[in-house]
Amino acid sequence: MATAFSDDSQEFTPNIERRESIGKIFEYIFLLGLLLGLFILALLLFDIGKDGLARFLTPGFLTETPSRFPDKGGILPAIVSSVSLGVIVILVAVPIGVGAALYLEEYAPKAWWTDIIEINISNLAGVPSIVYGLLGLGVFNYLLGFGPALISGALTLSLLSLPVIIVTSREAIRSVPDSLRHASYGLGITKWQTVSNHVLPYAIPGILTGVIISVSRAIGDAASLIVVGAVSFLTFNPGLFQRFMALPIQIYSYITRPEPGFSNAAAATIIALLAVILVLNGIAIYIRQRFSAIH
Amino acid sequence: MTYNNPNKQIDNVVFDVEGVRVFYSGFMALREVYLKIPEKQIIAFIGPSGCGKSTLLRCFNRMNDLIPGAAVDGRLNYRNRNIYDPKVNSVKLRRQVGMVFQRPNPFPKSIYENIAFAPRTNGYKGNLDELVEQSLRRAAIWDEVKDKLKSKGTALSGGQQQRLCIARAIAMKPDVLLMDEPCSALDPISTRQVEELCLELKEQYTIIMVTHNMQQASRIADWTAFFNTDIDEHGKRQGKLVEFSPTEDIFSSPTTKEAAEYISGRFG
Repeated sequence: MATAFSDDSQEFTPNIERRESIGKIFEYIFLLGLLLGLFILALLLFDIGKDGLARFLTPGFLTETPSRFPDKGGILPAIVSSVSLGVIVILVAVPIGVGAALYLEEYAPKAWWTDIIEINISNLAGVPSIVYGLLGLGVFNYLLGFGPALISGALTLSLLSLPVIIVTSREAIRSVPDSLRHASYGLGITKWQTVSNHVLPYAIPGILTGVIISVSRAIGDAASLIVVGAVSFLTFNPGLFQRFMALPIQIYSYITRPEPGFSNAAAATIIALLAVILVLNGIAIYIRQRFSAIH
Repeated sequence: MTYNNPNKQIDNVVFDVEGVRVFYSGFMALREVYLKIPEKQIIAFIGPSGCGKSTLLRCFNRMNDLIPGAAVDGRLNYRNRNIYDPKVNSVKLRRQVGMVFQRPNPFPKSIYENIAFAPRTNGYKGNLDELVEQSLRRAAIWDEVKDKLKSKGTALSGGQQQRLCIARAIAMKPDVLLMDEPCSALDPISTRQVEELCLELKEQYTIIMVTHNMQQASRIADWTAFFNTDIDEHGKRQGKLVEFSPTEDIFSSPTTKEAAEYISGRFG
């Protein structure tokens, strides 16, 4: 008669305790990885805060224009520039990117050339941002004649964001189960109505994740904007066709100054940049939550 | 070739299948079918797995168009119009030929919206609230959901979801209702309710039902089509229609040996 939970068996050598302790080791390794990542993040935030929190909190830092002195004035033009760039990138790159993904996934025939397009778009996602800056310089500054203006920077950043948005949106749309589409078509619903009423709402959480990732990368980018002609000192809030700057460039310009006080200003600007990214992400996450309630 | 009982002719033909074959990525999965579907009757498609019954069912509303690599040739007339004519609009076809799928697929929306979406989009002129209630009643699920019409369709149990899908399909008041093993996920009581619904519905609609359950076919179907598989010269399985007769004939005195063997349970 068999005993409960015994290891004696004719057919098996279960070794269950040993297998579980190996699993435990991996669990601790993964936990270590998580803690390491969190630790480095905390260290970074602590370092930034130590250097910059005081300067960040001085009145006028967020509302005044910059001065020659590191402890006077503020970074308002940089904030306005970055927010404007971010908004334009969202307004331009999201419709184009999601539209492209919808076409590739719902309308294009499954042929060899759609695979080639997909590979190329994925590759574009890895191209360094400075290359996009050169492209933007040629197309927006010169060919279209916008010159080194906010619009050129914004369109360049939109190009930068497009590949990631297309690839992640396509994944999100692909993950919508076919049974949902078939249910809709079976009821005499047209393709566009199926896509807009069923496929898109289901895919929005995934699409928004891609949007968050790309827009954060765009707002934090300096290299492409420098090539397109962003300035490092601006005394006004730029309009669409005026000279512009951005928070990463402001950070860069503070860091390169050796005089004391500028490193505090740089750290404070980093806090501002993180805050802008956090707010944008927060809005996108909120929208994603609302749509996630659908499933 | 169909093996129609010569004493029972078909008066009003809803679908006339003339030599339809279905290919998946170049491979002929269903051999030529000749079949006439009578109006306002319940027609059961029975047969072992892989014999092409669901494949043929999906031809009637052109859902095979949505399967990449699927190709259909032959003529399939719906009320004298070939639905595979390139000029035919498949959206219009599906408004009149509705479908209930094998696995329940309610929309991830509220129960009310599941029923109301398609009629509203198709410009339903009557009262939507009444339509929703009437459809849910006929699908034998009104009592269970009447207090939670705003809750999500996907939160229901499997059997309830399938009855919701049936309600959704009949809300569009189609001419023909295609059902692909609609009761396979249902308990016996829900199955009985769905079968009674079909018996009611056939006064207005034609119902074509794929079923694995021979007893179900003998209970409610007026006509039964028996499909079977064959191995072709390369060793691949193909489906084919073997016999199509009034149900009581096919079960009591089938014309073909294959049908006789299947029905007596010797295989399948």
